[in-house]
Amino acid sequence: MQANWEIIGREGFKFYGKMSASISHEIKNILAIINENAGLLSDFTMMAERGVPIEPERLNIIAAKIGEQVKRADLIVRNMNQFAHSVDEQVKTVPLDDLIAVVIKLSLRFAANRGVHLEHQPADSPVSITTSPFLLKNLAWLCLDQAMDAVGEKKIVSIVAKDEQNGVMIKFKHSGTIQEKSTPLFPGEQENALVTLLRAEMEINNEAGELTLHLPASLDK
Amino acid sequence: MKILLVDDEFELVSTLAERLSLRGIDADWATSGESALAKLQDTTYDLAVLDIKMPKISGLKLRKKIQKIQPEMRYIFMTGHGSAEDFYSASSEEGPDSYLVKPVNIDDLIAKITAILAP
Repeated sequence: MQANWEIIGREGFKFYGKMSASISHEIKNILAIINENAGLLSDFTMMAERGVPIEPERLNIIAAKIGEQVKRADLIVRNMNQFAHSVDEQVKTVPLDDLIAVVIKLSLRFAANRGVHLEHQPADSPVSITTSPFLLKNLAWLCLDQAMDAVGEKKIVSIVAKDEQNGVMIKFKHSGTIQEKSTPLFPGEQENALVTLLRAEMEINNEAGELTLHLPASLDK
Repeated sequence: MKILLVDDEFELVSTLAERLSLRGIDADWATSGESALAKLQDTTYDLAVLDIKMPKISGLKLRKKIQKIQPEMRYIFMTGHGSAEDFYSASSEEGPDSYLVKPVNIDDLIAKITAILAP
């Protein structure tokens, strides 16, 4: 068990760092857009000072673009904030679909870079899980990352969460094949350590193009 | 001089191109590697400003593809990394002619374009 925590400590930092770097890249892009639009306003002001007429509608459009980017940044920072708070409590009861939604939002850039579309199919009725939110996000990301690599021709990964007989499940439908001798190996020591600590089971069904995590409804029991 | 700007952020690349045009620089733009390569079929550019992180074809891969079509073209890379050191360690590539960290300062960009294309 100690060995598992050592792996998770090391790999957990990598996961946190990877997500933080991705978010900071996206915020940098937003800042760059705001910077260029503010610069364009400044350009127009200088032109107006030289007597070049400026259409008020152009200024309205630029202001609206800046507003849109502020909204986009707000959503990203809110998601980052939710992610950061997932380390607050070691075990907590959380809505499973909310947890998955955070993982998907964190993964959108990685999906876009691979040309993959992510689909979240929420459960018919709310599903809660009492677990380690950070460790489960880490494991869900590793599964999603693998599913994106394995994705079939349609380039879609669907994520479904629902109750099952002895707990809950998260299914990643990728319509492709997960290579047993992939590099790095999947599931490797990181995934196996998380599966053990979360008392989960991982099921790889290449015929159906699915990767499923079976989890207990509560880690406390 | 004719410049090609490539970044998957439409609002960024189109506004940057407009600002360069206001300063008398002929700037064209594309939002993906594929559309950039399509533009190269009928237009010759002196310099490309490429974002590093783009879906499907990264800026680094795009440079390799462009080099086969227009070998004389020069490059500036834009990066969302925190610093140049981060960019070089992440890319493990030989440096481009120059790079800029986002958000870019337009005067810095123009200074780099001018320096690179100076006879």
